[in-house]
Amino acid sequence: MASIAPAAAGPIPLQIDSVVKRFGDVTAVAGISLEVLDRACLGLLGPNGAGKSTLIRSIVGRVRPDSGSVRVFGRPADSPAARNELGWVPQELALYPLLTGRENLDAFGRYQGLRGQALRGAIQWCLEWAALSDRADSVVKTLSGGMRRRLNMAAGLIHRPRIVLLDEPTAGVDPQSRNRIFEMVEALRDEGTTVIYTTHYMEEAERLCDTIAIVDHGRIIAQGSKDELVTQSFGTRSDVLMRFDAEASGAASWTAARGGTLQDGVAHFPVDRPSDIASLLEAAAHDGLDVIDLVLRRPNLESVFLKLTGRDLRQ
Amino acid sequence: MIGTIVRNGFRALRRDRGAMILCFVLPIAFFSIFAIVFGGMNGSSTPRVNVLVVDQDRSATSERLVRGLQQETALVVTTRPEAKEGEPPPSDYTAATAEAAVKHGTAPVALIIPAGFGANPVSFTPAAGRKSIRILHDSSNPVAPQVVAGLLQKVVMTSLPDSMADVGMRYFAQASGGLTPQQRQSVESSLSRLRDLAAQRSVQGDTAAKANGNSFGGLVPVEMQDVVGENKRNPMIAFYAAGIGVMFLLFTASAAGGSLLDEAESGALDRILSARVSMTTLLAGKLTYSMLLACCQLTLMFLWGAAVFHLDLFTHIPGFIVMTVATSFTVAAFGMLLASVSHTRAQQAAVATLIILTMSAIGGSMFPRFLMPETMKKVGLLTFNAWAIDGYTKVFWRDEPVSHLAPQVAVLLASGVLLFLIARHFASRWESV
Repeated sequence: MASIAPAAAGPIPLQIDSVVKRFGDVTAVAGISLEVLDRACLGLLGPNGAGKSTLIRSIVGRVRPDSGSVRVFGRPADSPAARNELGWVPQELALYPLLTGRENLDAFGRYQGLRGQALRGAIQWCLEWAALSDRADSVVKTLSGGMRRRLNMAAGLIHRPRIVLLDEPTAGVDPQSRNRIFEMVEALRDEGTTVIYTTHYMEEAERLCDTIAIVDHGRIIAQGSKDELVTQSFGTRSDVLMRFDAEASGAASWTAARGGTLQDGVAHFPVDRPSDIASLLEAAAHDGLDVIDLVLRRPNLESVFLKLTGRDLRQ
Repeated sequence: MIGTIVRNGFRALRRDRGAMILCFVLPIAFFSIFAIVFGGMNGSSTPRVNVLVVDQDRSATSERLVRGLQQETALVVTTRPEAKEGEPPPSDYTAATAEAAVKHGTAPVALIIPAGFGANPVSFTPAAGRKSIRILHDSSNPVAPQVVAGLLQKVVMTSLPDSMADVGMRYFAQASGGLTPQQRQSVESSLSRLRDLAAQRSVQGDTAAKANGNSFGGLVPVEMQDVVGENKRNPMIAFYAAGIGVMFLLFTASAAGGSLLDEAESGALDRILSARVSMTTLLAGKLTYSMLLACCQLTLMFLWGAAVFHLDLFTHIPGFIVMTVATSFTVAAFGMLLASVSHTRAQQAAVATLIILTMSAIGGSMFPRFLMPETMKKVGLLTFNAWAIDGYTKVFWRDEPVSHLAPQVAVLLASGVLLFLIARHFASRWESV
C-alpha cells in the first residue's frame, strides 16, 4: 500500500485497502490500495473508464465494494462520522436549478445536519469562497456555467469537511472560471484540507497536486510526484524536436537511422544529455540537412500519461 | 431529404418507448374503456337500471305490475336487500328502508306502489282520489328515474291489459250509453276532450312537470321525489370537483414524484444520499411535499366550487378534511411509486399518462360510475379515483357522517401505505450499488 505524502500524526485521513468492484463482467476497480495523508493533494488521473469515478464513489459510500475497505480517519466510509469528514463535488451539476444559490447551499447544509447560526455562517463562507456573494440570490439556471461549477463545489463543502473529493471540477468552463476554481482549490489546500482531485487536464494536476496517481483498468499503475513519475517513466531522458528545411530530402531515413521518429515533419530524438544535441546538429550539417528549428523538451505529465496508458482511443 | 427526415422520425420513435405507448397503447386502451362503458361488453346497449320496488298494495294488480317490471330487460328489480351469509333472509323493502337505500346510493331509484293502487290503477284522465305511484330518486343520476317512469307506463299497458279494457268499457258506458245520436255525440265529445288533454299535456310538457314536481302524465299517476338532492343547489358539482380534482391530483403527484428522477439524472440524488439523508427519509420528505401540494390543490378546487358553483363546502368541513388527507396521501404514494419504478423522466411521464387517464376513465373521473355497466363499476373499484369520488359523494351529496367514510378512508390509506412500501423497495436501486 502506497502512502501519499505529506506525513502527519493521528489517524490517516483516507485508507483504501484492496478495493474491488465489479459490475457484471466488468471489473471497474481491481484491487486498489492507497493511503492519503493529512493535508495532501492527490491528483487522480486516468483515461475514461479507468475506474476513477467508481473509486471516488466507493470513498463517498455511493458504491459498495465487493471486497476491500475504505476508512476515513479510521472509520468505515459509510459511517455517519466518516460522511461528515468527506465533501464530495460530483462531476455533474448536482444542484436544484430552480432554487437560488443561497437556497441550494441552505438545502445541502441542512442535509448535512447544519442549522441556525452554523448554517448561516457556512453559507456565507461558501459564497465568499466561490466568489458568488453578489449572485447569491440568483436562480441557479440563470447563472453562467462557471458560476454553477463554483456553486457546485461550494455545495459539496458546506459542512467544511476535512477531506474533499473533486471530480473533474473544471469540465466545460472557460479559462477565467477555471483559474478561479484553481484559486479555490489552492485556498482549500492552504487551509490544510486534504484534497483528492480527478481531472483529464494534466496541467491542472501539475499545478494543484503534490502527488499523482494514474489509474487504468481499475488499478493504480503509477504514483508519486510529477518529477518522480517523469523519472520513473523516462529516466533523465529528454526529447529533442528538430525541424528541417522543407526542401531537405532524406530526412525520414536520416532520422530513423539515428533512433528518432518523424511526425508531421518534426523529428523527435530521445537524448540523455544536453550535449547530445551538439552531436545531432553536427551530423545534420555533415549530411547536408538544413535545420531551421530545434527545441529541447523535458517529458511532462502528459508524456508520462500517454506512455503508461497508450495512445489508443478508449470507450 | 424529406425521406431522411421521415426515416429519422420513425427511428427516434422506435427507440422512445414512452412516445410509442402514448402513440399506440393509450388510444387503444381508451377506445376499449369507452367502448365498454358506452357500448356494453356483451354488445348490449344501455346499462340496466337498478330499481327497488315496494308493493304496499299487495293486490293481484300490483303483484302483476311488479312481475311486469321484473320482466323488463332494462330494469334490475329488487324487492328486498341482499341476504348476507349466515343471517336470516331480510324482509322486503318498506317505503322508509327503500328511501334510505336510495339516499345511501344502493340504487338510484325506488318505486313505491301505494296501498289502494289496485282498485283504480289506470286512468285516461286526471281523476281525484287516485293513488299515485311514488318514484324516489337520487338526482345525481338524472337518467334512471326517467327510464323507470317511462317503462312503468309501458309495463302498465303490457301487463295490465284487462285493467285497460275495463277502464275502456267504463269510459264506453259512461260516454256512449248505446250509440244513439246523442251517445255518439257524447263519445265524440269525450274523445275530443282526450285529444285536448293530450294536446294540453304536449304544450305544457316538461314545464308543468317541473313546476308541479309530481305531475308526471300517463296512464298511471306518478309522483316523482328527489330524496337526495332536493335541498342541494347544485347537485353534480361535488361529483365533478372530486372527479376532476383526483385526476389532476394524480398528474400533480406524478410530476412531484418525478423530481426524484430529475435529481437522479442531475446527480443531486447522489449528493443528498452521500450526506446524512437516508433513502427512506428522502422518500418520506418527497411524499409529504407531494401530499401537502395535493391537499392545497383539492382545497383550492373545492373553494372555487363553493365560491362559483355554490358547493356546500363549509357545512362539510370534517368530511372534506378526512377525504382530502386520505386521497392526497394515496396519490402522493402513487407518485412515489411511479418515480421509483421508472428509469427516466420521459418514461415516467409516459407511463403516468397512460395509467392516470386509464384509472380516471375507469374510476369515474371522466364519466360517472353509476352510469356504467355493473362490471365496469366493479372494475372501477380497483382505482383510487372510485374510492375517493365515492367518499366525497358521501360527504357532499349524501350528507353522511364522517364515520361512514371508514371503508373509503381505509382503502385509500392502506393503498397509500402499500404503494409507499413498494416504492421504497424499488428506490433501493438508488442506494449504494
